[in-house]
Amino acid sequence: MSGLRERLASGGFAVTAEISPPRGASISPITETATLLRDWVDAVNVTDNQGSNVRLASWAGSLAAMAAGLEPVMQMTCRDRNRIALQSDVLGASALGIRNILVMTGDHPKFGDHPEARPVFDLDSVQLLWTLRHMRDQAAVLSGRALNPPPECFLGAVENPFAPPAEFRADRLGKKVAAGAQFVQTQFVFDVEAFGRWMAQVRDLGLHERCYILAGVGAVRSRRALDFMRDRVPGVQVPEDVYRRLRAVPADQTAAEGARLAVETVQELSMIGGVAGVHLLVAGNEQAVPAILGEAGVGAGRDAQDRAQPDRAGHGR
Amino acid sequence: MTTRPPIPAHPRLGTRLAYRLQRVLRPQSGFRWLSARIEASPLTRPLFTGAERHAKESLFGCRMCGQCALPVTGYVCPMGCPKELRNGPCGGVGADGSCEVYPSMRCVWVEAYERAASQRRAADLRLLHRPIDHRRWGESSWLNYWQGRDDGLWTAVTGDTGDEGPITNYRRALEGS
Repeated sequence: MSGLRERLASGGFAVTAEISPPRGASISPITETATLLRDWVDAVNVTDNQGSNVRLASWAGSLAAMAAGLEPVMQMTCRDRNRIALQSDVLGASALGIRNILVMTGDHPKFGDHPEARPVFDLDSVQLLWTLRHMRDQAAVLSGRALNPPPECFLGAVENPFAPPAEFRADRLGKKVAAGAQFVQTQFVFDVEAFGRWMAQVRDLGLHERCYILAGVGAVRSRRALDFMRDRVPGVQVPEDVYRRLRAVPADQTAAEGARLAVETVQELSMIGGVAGVHLLVAGNEQAVPAILGEAGVGAGRDAQDRAQPDRAGHGR
Repeated sequence: MTTRPPIPAHPRLGTRLAYRLQRVLRPQSGFRWLSARIEASPLTRPLFTGAERHAKESLFGCRMCGQCALPVTGYVCPMGCPKELRNGPCGGVGADGSCEVYPSMRCVWVEAYERAASQRRAADLRLLHRPIDHRRWGESSWLNYWQGRDDGLWTAVTGDTGDEGPITNYRRALEGS
């Protein structure tokens, strides 16, 4: 049983974070980070060659996090594997105890260290979610052949509330929910107002009753990271006032101001109806997590505090 | 698997005209009869397929996947998306609606949404598209459409999970295996 799922089902405010596996054949960086995060977050995403750069495999990183006492969310992209390999990997992951799988299309190889690679994209994220739900619930692979036993998995998706076409983004989540998504983690939220508009559409469609919504929050570490995020990361939008605020402080204060902004964002997001938790996008800056969560008053480390909010009691799954 | 790499293409056929043609070209008995005759002959089948390739390549940037989604994507080809996404845009669309892989081009799904919405067909984009059959590249999707072989390409989201029907048509998936 997925602990993340239990946490969400209990109506608690869930917190997840992200670990990027190392470029190298060692799990010790993952063990270290997992040890740091395990008292603060409910589960940790292990990325799948993020940015199309070769890293240690997400299934291996997930096992390492699990061994260090932190529940993994194994990320799976459609970029590198066809439907045969994807289904096979899910069977392996489930057999070894990985219970949360997060499905995404994945960055195009063009953005990584092997831009000449063949992009696979045999399935898209909606089709992969649908496939995994089919494997779990119908105990069969796509060909129709029976699976014994079927995989157990809590299925996650991602969504970018800010990318065009804005009118379609809640519907896009609706498709993922229909295909099998049980939780969703969003792209970085810097513009809480725009996120609120998307959440209103999500509530109108009733999706928050069928899928737990975890809002993505990042902590900007430096001016360079800020510029990189604004100009180079596909799908991330940094509004002008946020950019100005982080540029207004001296360069050596950027990290502190970025953390303050993250704290405020977490607090504001927790007040929006239908938001079931936050997903901290802090890969490479995991040390900031305890301070941000402590300051914001959320996270597993603060279990003693009653953070359950009455408007989440009606959550479907 | 593909004839040429996927690059977003701007359709050259007006949206209203495209939907009007869609009504005319519905698989009525006449087209069913005609398409059966065309594909029965080793002469007319490749001729017809070649004509389709030529027409759809210049109008939509068609890559001949053989399982056409145009009727429910505002007549913007999703196979021009560098990730060949058939269920909507990825999260990397630029704030100006540009493709993340080809920033000088518009995202095919941004254009699909605009064109479909302009004819009150935005709800088409909610349909769930099943994984495509890669054995069908190069086939005529018009013949496939008129012969009813395209019927399971997508399905409506009807509400709660499970109502969308199975992800695969088992009979078709096991064909030839």
